[in-house]
Parts: sequence; structure tokens; C-alpha cells
Amino acid sequence: MNITATLIAQIIAFALLIWFVNKVLWGPMSKMLDDRQKRIADGLAAAEKGKHDLELAEKRAKEELQQAKAKAAEIIAQAEKRSNTILEEARGNARTEGDRMIAAAQAEIEREAHRVKEELRRQVAAVAVAGASKILKREIDAKAHSNILNDIIAQI
Amino acid sequence: MSEAAHNSGGSSTVEYIQHHLTNLCAGDCDPVTHQAAGFWAFHLDTMFFSYLLAALIVFVGWRVSARLNPGVPSGLQNFVEMILDFVRTQVKDTFPGHNPLIAPLALTIFVWVWLMNFMDLIPVDLLPAIAAVIGIPYLKVVPTTDLSTTLAMSLTVFALIIFYSLKVKGPVGYLKMFLFHPFGKFFVPVNIVMTAIEELAKPLSLALRLFGNLFAGELVFLLIALIGGTLAVGAAAAFWFPLQVILDLGWLIFHLLVITLQAFIFMVLTIVYLGMAHTSADDH
Repeated sequence: MNITATLIAQIIAFALLIWFVNKVLWGPMSKMLDDRQKRIADGLAAAEKGKHDLELAEKRAKEELQQAKAKAAEIIAQAEKRSNTILEEARGNARTEGDRMIAAAQAEIEREAHRVKEELRRQVAAVAVAGASKILKREIDAKAHSNILNDIIAQI
Repeated sequence: MSEAAHNSGGSSTVEYIQHHLTNLCAGDCDPVTHQAAGFWAFHLDTMFFSYLLAALIVFVGWRVSARLNPGVPSGLQNFVEMILDFVRTQVKDTFPGHNPLIAPLALTIFVWVWLMNFMDLIPVDLLPAIAAVIGIPYLKVVPTTDLSTTLAMSLTVFALIIFYSLKVKGPVGYLKMFLFHPFGKFFVPVNIVMTAIEELAKPLSLALRLFGNLFAGELVFLLIALIGGTLAVGAAAAFWFPLQVILDLGWLIFHLLVITLQAFIFMVLTIVYLGMAHTSADDH
């Protein structure tokens, strides 16, 4: 086996082929494979993250819902309390108003009773005078006997 | 080589085989034996077929890369990706550290050697017969049955081994490896001889293993072809011809394994040898 130009030519061809394979085939292909690997990994990571986010959101929604419920309950309680106080107040007001009205009515009744008594007294006086005049069968001077009449009226 | 020539048996059988094992030599060649006589001898057939297959690799690579579909690969790209992934896995598993040259080198070796070996599976007489028709006297179609090819590759690998040994271990580390490996500092002369043999055995075993396997495979194909050629005369053809077909098919299937295995071995050993070159001197 001689070392011939064929050997040299084959070495050169081999070196060139390695260069070409690296340049044309290996470079772009392995880059693409790496890219694809990265993209798949990214996709999986994104999916994982999405899932995680969803979980978080669900948790937050639940919390929010609970908070809202609690707040609603609080508002309702407050409203009840307030309505109770309003009711109580109204009740109190009504009671005092009623008392006042009752008092006014009683005062009115008293005044009326007093007036009626006065009236009655005057009429009784008139009746008494009439009765006395009838008894005495004579004219009584109302003026002369007013003192006596007044005494009688006062006694009624 | 005509049918009549095989039929006369004996010396013409030898002639038939020798003819098939002779390269188409140009330049500094022996006019009688057609073997290379001096340095400027070109084995045109070896060069033609290896360059053709190299061009095929580059062409396919260019075609696939030009319309690369990163999302949904199909057809040819799938196939190429499969080979690429296979080589990547091999390199990742065997090669320590990182060197961007190793993987393309391994891929080139695997695919090129496989394709050149595959030429062995083409019927032995087909291409030489066609060549004879267009006036080419000799044609050895399998480039890997030519030591020039296998040695060219193994010497390139050897050069890379030395280059990376010097680069990684440093000149002193590389020298130390020769002096103190494998028996330690008290056997320096023995160590030099041992390590030198070890290092030289790498390219030689690479080249000769591939050459030997393919040469032998080619020879077996020739012998099987001879069964039909020399023995199948008259009524005997009824027996010998089917035998040839069966043997040829059997050897073909087996050889398909052999050529793949040889390409694989060449690739893996290249990775391993370069991996050894990349381990620093302290590891020894």
C-alpha cells in the first residue's frame, strides 16, 4: 500500500464533507431541534403556569366571594340594627306624642268640664231664682238679692 | 469480463476476482497490474463513488435544511432528524465535555461510511458491466474496500486526536502521557513504546477494520457470483443457480447488518478516541 494522491484526495474530500455537513445539515438542523426542544419546554412551562394562575384565580375568587358574603351579612345586620333603632325611636316618639295628646285632651276635657260646670252653675242659679220666685210668688229684685244668689251659686 | 471467461474455470476465476478487485487507476500506475506504482496515482472509481455519495449527502442536507419545518416534520426531514438524533445521543453518551466539531464529524462518518458500504450491496457485476459497455476497463464500486478511503478517514481522525490531545492536555501533558502511562514513572522506555503503539493502533485499527470487513464482504459476494458463473453449466444450472440466489440473498441480509455495524463502530470509536483526547492528563 503506497501513500498515493488518492489518499490525499480522500482526506481533502473527507474534510470538505465534514465542513459541508456541519454547515448545511448539522448547524441548521441541530439549531432547529434545540429551538423545538426549547419551544416545547416553554409551552409546557406556560401550560403549568396557566394552570397555576387558574388555581390562584379560583382561590382568589373564592376568597372574594366569602368576603362579599361576610360584608353582605354585616350590612344586613347593620340595617336590622338601624331599623330596630328607628322603630324604637318612632315608638318612643309616638308614645310621647300620644301622652302629649292625651294630656292635651285631658286638659281640654277639664276645661270643658269646668266651662260646663260654670254654665250649669249659672243655669242652676237661674233655675234657683226662677224656683225661688215661683216659691215666693213675687218678683224678687234680682239686683237686690244678687248677694244671696251669688252665695247660692257659690254653694253649688 | 465475459460469461465465457468464468466458465473456463481455474485461472480465469482468479482473473475474475482480481479484475473485480482492481481499481481504475490513473496517473502513476503499473501498466500490467493496474496497481498504483508511485505517489501520483489516482483511483478514479474510488474517488468518483465517494464524491458522488458525499455530494448526495450534501444535496439531501441542503434540501432538508432549505425547507426546514420546525413544527411538523415530515418525510425526508423525519428521516434525517432520526439519524441526527441517533448520532446526537451517541455523542452525548460517549463524549465528555463539549466540542462542536465532534457531532458533525460523527454524523459525517456514520452516513458517509454507511453509504459507501452500501455500494457493496449493489450486485457485484452490475456497475462494472455497465462501465465495460461505455469503455471503462476496471471498476471497483465500493470506496471503503480501498484502503485510501478508510485510511484517509482514520488519519484525519488521528490528526484530530493529536490536535485535541495537545490542546487539552497541553504539550507537556501529552508528553507525560507518553512517558508515564501506563506503568508509572519507573518504566519510562516501556511506557513510550506502549503508548506509541496504543496511539498508532487507533488509526490503523479504524482503517483496517473497516477495510477488512468490506473487502471480505465484497469477496464473498464475488465467490457467490462465481457459483452461478463457473458451475452453472447446462443441467447443473438448475441446481446451482437457485443456490446462488439463496446464498446471495442470505449474505445480502447479513451484510446489511455488517455495513451498518461497521459504520456505527467507526463513528463510536472516533467519538471514544476523541473523548480520550479530551480527558486531561490527570485522569490517567
